[in-house]
Amino acid sequence: MELCDMTAGELSKLLRRREISARDILESVLRRIEEVEDVLHSYITLTPDLAMDMAAEVDRILARGEDPGPLAGIPIALKDNLCTKGIKTTCASKILYNFVPPYDATVVARLREALTPFVGKTNMDEFAMGSSTENSYFGPTRNPWRIDTVPGGSSGGSAAAVASGEAIISLGSDTGGSIRQPAALCGVVGMKPTYGRVSRFGLVAFASSLDQIGPITKDVADCALLMNLICGHDPMDSTSADLPVPDYTKALIPDVKGMRIGLPKEYFVDGMDPEVEEAVRKAAEHFEDLGADVREISLPHTEYAVATYYIVATSEASSNLARYDGVKYGYRAKGWKDLYEMYTKTRQEGFGAEVKRRIMLGTFSLSAGYYDAYYLKALKVRTLIRSDFERAFEDVDVVITPTSPTAAFRIGERVDDPLKMYLSDIFTISANLAGIPGISIPCGFTSDGLPIGLQILGRPFDEETIIRVAYAFEQTKGLKDARPPIAQGLGKEGRS
Amino acid sequence: MARTWDGFEAVIGLEVHAQLLTRSKVFCGCSADFGGEPNTRVCPICLGFPGVLPVLNRKALEFTIRTALALNCKIARFSKFDRKNYFYPDLPKNYQISQYDMPISYDGYLDIEVDGETRRIGIIRVHLEEETGKNIHLADEEKSLVDFNRTGVPLIEIVSKPDMRSPEEAKEYLMRLRDILMYIDVCNGNMEEGSFRCDANVSVRPVGSPELGTKTEVKNMNSFKNVQRALEYEIRRQVELIKAGKKVVQETRLWDVEAGVTRPMRTKEYAHDYRYFPEPDLVLMEIDPEWVEEIRRSLPELPAQRLERFIRDYNIPEYDARILTSRKALADYFERCVQCFPKPKVVSNWIMVDILGALSARGMEIEEFPIPPERLADLLKLVEDGTINQRTAKDVFSEMLDTGKGPEEIVRSKGLTQISDEGMIAEIVEKVLAENMDAVESYRKGKEKAFGFLVGQVMRETRGKANPQIVNRILKEKIGR
Repeated sequence: MELCDMTAGELSKLLRRREISARDILESVLRRIEEVEDVLHSYITLTPDLAMDMAAEVDRILARGEDPGPLAGIPIALKDNLCTKGIKTTCASKILYNFVPPYDATVVARLREALTPFVGKTNMDEFAMGSSTENSYFGPTRNPWRIDTVPGGSSGGSAAAVASGEAIISLGSDTGGSIRQPAALCGVVGMKPTYGRVSRFGLVAFASSLDQIGPITKDVADCALLMNLICGHDPMDSTSADLPVPDYTKALIPDVKGMRIGLPKEYFVDGMDPEVEEAVRKAAEHFEDLGADVREISLPHTEYAVATYYIVATSEASSNLARYDGVKYGYRAKGWKDLYEMYTKTRQEGFGAEVKRRIMLGTFSLSAGYYDAYYLKALKVRTLIRSDFERAFEDVDVVITPTSPTAAFRIGERVDDPLKMYLSDIFTISANLAGIPGISIPCGFTSDGLPIGLQILGRPFDEETIIRVAYAFEQTKGLKDARPPIAQGLGKEGRS
Repeated sequence: MARTWDGFEAVIGLEVHAQLLTRSKVFCGCSADFGGEPNTRVCPICLGFPGVLPVLNRKALEFTIRTALALNCKIARFSKFDRKNYFYPDLPKNYQISQYDMPISYDGYLDIEVDGETRRIGIIRVHLEEETGKNIHLADEEKSLVDFNRTGVPLIEIVSKPDMRSPEEAKEYLMRLRDILMYIDVCNGNMEEGSFRCDANVSVRPVGSPELGTKTEVKNMNSFKNVQRALEYEIRRQVELIKAGKKVVQETRLWDVEAGVTRPMRTKEYAHDYRYFPEPDLVLMEIDPEWVEEIRRSLPELPAQRLERFIRDYNIPEYDARILTSRKALADYFERCVQCFPKPKVVSNWIMVDILGALSARGMEIEEFPIPPERLADLLKLVEDGTINQRTAKDVFSEMLDTGKGPEEIVRSKGLTQISDEGMIAEIVEKVLAENMDAVESYRKGKEKAFGFLVGQVMRETRGKANPQIVNRILKEKIGR
């Protein structure tokens, strides 16, 4: 096994024992990129020189016999909607194709401090709008498990990079499932923390009341390590919670005896892949075998989640994306006659179809005469969805569901059918509307060999319980060493 | 009596925008000072760069509450910000963080006095928002520039009820409002720089009608005089329209100072659906009533209270007190002077006549006046103790103004000390009488005027320095009658 196929926890141990150097790890990652990036296209921008400098700093600290910190020297990939000082941050959009932020996102600043070498900026759906990473101005990313399928989205690049060894860990952002769904489709671990747990400062906003940054890793322990680095109050983000942050590695306890686990009946719907349903039901049985108390619960407003989400998220997006007008930075169209033509041409040419569709949807929902029927109504339903979970968590400690109704689908299969694409997030959206934390972990494979994700949802600011349940499953189920064929030099030519 | 226009009355409501005097901007740490080289007082946050977030400046909230309390408003327990969406290059995010349905304060009033009658003008709300930038249109080039220094300066909006019935009332309301904002140190009141500006909603209706007519919004009035002129014009325009059987169109109109008319704004510039919705990047504000009380206690005395106190404690006429308290700096000047020279009416006379005269002649504000109140008191003391007479004092005052010297120094160096030596004055009187026997005769025959002439002659001989009381007495003794 190559270094780049190992977890951060394993590598960190070797590094501390001085058996390997940070440079060795990074070189292994860069070699893997060399081998597979042409096919996968996980990255929009690669920053090997910066990564090399950071790795060298880690090696210097180690050489002095000092402790560089728990994730120092672990190469990380950053989703391209996280602002990185001096490094292009495009959001996979033509409208920001040349944008270089003069500041770091708060999480990025923390990672610089922590000396996790920055490998590059990962591909995504434009402005995080999508579930397949096909809506990228720079072209799609492919799923490392089967390259004619999508990696999920919108953090598809971050998930594919970790799954294929093009990075050891990565950060994504999750507005309606954009971390958990690609993690599920790429067979890795992805967590959306509680809204307010991680600073959003420097995360290019899609829908401010739903967006949250989170880790994508190979296993649950790495997730806990990265959570330790990124969580916590930030005075630059008024919506970040001023609460103490626990040491999440303390929650890595492989024991769920007596824990109450809810299985919501509304999450097993028509049209979902029977193999996915079976895998999740088996996971529930596995928890029972581990001594947990698994019970059916009800989240009655689930069926309204997708509609509610597409009103709230698009309304906020229509306003958040108004700043891209060609005046201050980014793309500006040519050949206009006046200000309004400059605006319209710039935005017409600078945004992709899905982004424009959502801007129009959101603008409509907020318009005079429609506001009450759409936006206001959606806010009310959002409150109902939140109270569904509040009630559920009176009886159970976590809720388990499938992450996605299907495993990875073919590239091009849903891209022309927005409604079908929107249903990819049917199981993940509620957590964003309710603001609660959720994780997706691998729980099995389809007969085609594609990974299936299990979602575990928990109470607000109780990521520890989720991590514990996820860890217990991972440690006992025996899936954690599975790596995609492309990591073994196979499957590059694809299958059809 | 309320004003009418050919049987119509005017209904006016004002929306005032005032920049707050906080050190930093409302949602970022940039300086909120006026001016500066274009685009030097900016950061990624006020420039609306991708991914940045606003954080509320607590001082701006405090100043808003301070203003609201001074305007007798209720302070909301919970308040939130909303986004007002529209595209314009001076608005970097293409939305303005403002307040829609949960303003920081509401339901206040301001009392004004017009023609000796007190009118209570209702205030609907005072809310907080962010200032926009400035577009600079180059005259001879095909392009415009944007200066974002002003972007994000805290701005309060004060919305009155449509309670004003004439341009005079509107002007008075604005002047009182500006006084208050300056009194409580939340705004510098500078209308030319735009830190205090107003838009007006105007309609007319037949006198006695309970219904409101169609209103227009008048913008671009950047002085009290222009507000009055623009409203006068707009009221007349609406009345003439209705009298001619036409209808007033609801629209926004710009005041054209040069032409002295209001003109409709181009549709494109105001036809907005602002699509307000709650600002998700800021949290609901919970305003602690104890904090509000703390702010209330810290409020200085307001103009109306000070007016009453001046009349009561200094025993000066209401007319004087009203002028003195019209500006905080002027009232402060008066009080500092009275502290050193406790004859309020004398001080008031000097300020009202000599100082205000000098200020208007020099186009100066009281804050820039070169004679400190303590020095003025020194001058008045010299008159009081007989060192100089009133006439000399006026000359010394001018000298102080021109040279910045103290009164004692001027009196000493110019030998202006009053002559109170009776022997010396008697001698001069003798001389004057001898030279003006005609006048003496006239006076003895009952011509009072002649006495004044003789006093004048004595004063001329002494170059104005003789103590007038002594001159009078000795003259009368000598002439007899």
